[in-house]
Amino acid sequence: MGTFHHGKGDLHGITIVVDTTGSQVAIGRCDTVTPEGVILLDADVHDADESDVTKEAWIQKAAMMGHWARHPRIVVPTDQVASITKLGDV
Amino acid sequence: MPYDPVLVQPMREEVTRLGIEELVDEAGVDQFMSRSGTKLVFINSVCGCAAGQARPALTIALQNEAKPDHVGTVFAGQDLEATAKARSYFADVPPSSPSAALIKDGEIVWFLPRHKIESRDAQTIAFDMVGAFDQHCA
Repeated sequence: MGTFHHGKGDLHGITIVVDTTGSQVAIGRCDTVTPEGVILLDADVHDADESDVTKEAWIQKAAMMGHWARHPRIVVPTDQVASITKLGDV
Repeated sequence: MPYDPVLVQPMREEVTRLGIEELVDEAGVDQFMSRSGTKLVFINSVCGCAAGQARPALTIALQNEAKPDHVGTVFAGQDLEATAKARSYFADVPPSSPSAALIKDGEIVWFLPRHKIESRDAQTIAFDMVGAFDQHCA
């Protein structure tokens, strides 16, 4: 038993990786996927252009132990979303 | 803000009925962590989609022959100080709940983060736990 939130979509509550068409990738707990964008809670964002760490390496590290919740809520605009993957599937 | 204790109590009991020690304050966590031998800290949560599978997984995994010498639990979002204190023992690991940490010789040797619990059934999660117990507690 526990708390559930119906009507928010299949990914609600799931930790997902949202890769973008640009240099950024985000990981967070999915709130909802709306026509405007993907809403992530307790999220972290990595910009490969501002780091020596590639997107892939950053994702792999998160897949091992988890990600840091550096942002309470972010929205990744739909037109910037390249892919959505469950972190548990990485 | 913590949930209503009445709502949470069955989730606590689902774990404590296994004989797992509930750690509700900092002193309790420190005392637990000071013990010798392998220790499993289960970070409980109200989250239905993840903790709802993690608790039964723990039940299954603790039936394994190899298991930690000590098993304790803190409740994230409820016992705030105890949870923070427990997490301070593995501060390099991003906090998540539910989750589980296996400590051996004062070092974290295995961690099960929330994202490896979500969308998986209890048997599959238990399989991961048992693998860690066999590796580190046998």
